[in-house]
Amino acid sequence: MVNWIWLFFIVASVVVAVVNGKMDAVTQAAFEGAKSGVTVSFGLISIMVFWLGMMRIAEDAGLLQKLARLLGPAVRMLFPDVPRNHPAIGYIMSNLSANLFGLGNAATPMGIKAMQELQKLNPDSATATPAMCTLLALNTSSITIIPTTLIAIRMNYGSANPAEIIGTTLAATFVATSAAILADKWYRRKSPPTLIRTNGSQSTDIKAHSADVGGGERVV
Amino acid sequence: MYNFLTSLSAWMIPAIIVFIPLYAALRRKVPVYETFVEGAKDGFGTAINIIPHLVGMMVAISMFRASGALELMLSAVRPFFDWAGIPSEVLPLGILRPLTGAGSLAFTTDLIQTFGPDSMIGRIASTIQGSTDTTLYVLTVYFGAIGIRRTRYALKVGLFSDIVGFFAAIFICLYIFG
Repeated sequence: MVNWIWLFFIVASVVVAVVNGKMDAVTQAAFEGAKSGVTVSFGLISIMVFWLGMMRIAEDAGLLQKLARLLGPAVRMLFPDVPRNHPAIGYIMSNLSANLFGLGNAATPMGIKAMQELQKLNPDSATATPAMCTLLALNTSSITIIPTTLIAIRMNYGSANPAEIIGTTLAATFVATSAAILADKWYRRKSPPTLIRTNGSQSTDIKAHSADVGGGERVV
Repeated sequence: MYNFLTSLSAWMIPAIIVFIPLYAALRRKVPVYETFVEGAKDGFGTAINIIPHLVGMMVAISMFRASGALELMLSAVRPFFDWAGIPSEVLPLGILRPLTGAGSLAFTTDLIQTFGPDSMIGRIASTIQGSTDTTLYVLTVYFGAIGIRRTRYALKVGLFSDIVGFFAAIFICLYIFG
């Protein structure tokens, strides 16, 4: 998918440039783009170093586990079909609290552990269970308290108040997550336990996407 | 609501920066400075690792913009977006966001660079980019890791929440910063 988008951008650019007679500008833009890619990444170093240092303190102080315990009741409500003391619950809570802290790199391994535990409860190992779909829904719309990367980029380009987007981001992420939870609940009720075959193309090419830079804070 | 969200933004970072080390030092006796340095080491590699992704995507996106192809694509939807009061420049971001994290990050950066971080477009782009994760990536990694081939309704739910989040981000920004 990503491969096709990238190819489309480049091919479409050259074709349109030929029509518009803007070949010089496009050539120059290619090199300018490469330059900004590097500049932006370097700008990210300072805030990434700072923030990951902070988060290590939070981790060592046991704040992540504390938050996870607070999330307990919500998790049990969202995953009614997972037994209360099943190990999956613990991993789900760690995954969600890592997301809240904006620790995409810590959230992914916990999420995968949670999926593996949920897989043990799955009668058909090739088909997703409702609990897996719920965990996925929560992760695709992941609530993040501090969008670190975005603040860094805004600083890079001289924003007067780089952090002013925290409030709007929280509000938007809250709406998106609520939508995900509601849609998930609706599909759960609607879909009978019979297995529906969806378009198989999403789960094929793992390698191609695992190299992708992920969401707000997930940086591979 | 406006005051709440802006003061939340202003206080969130200083509050967290003070609270975390203070709690760690007083309650858990964590050697805060050494722990900070230890964790901070990972930050460098993380930032450096994005360079190839960002260079690849930013080259493609600046070519797309400079050639006029972006303008061509936007002109088709502009009347509708104008009618709704939405800056049409953010539309490609809504399409890219669920599909590629690097692509949408590059596009957001491009918008911030072109229009300024404190412009309405810059704020909307930042909010969209920050408020959701790359659905396709999460689905591929999580289900790929355990060999799920039939994903049932998971993709639909993810994409639905992306669309809701996209418009929520736009209207919240228009309301708060408008």
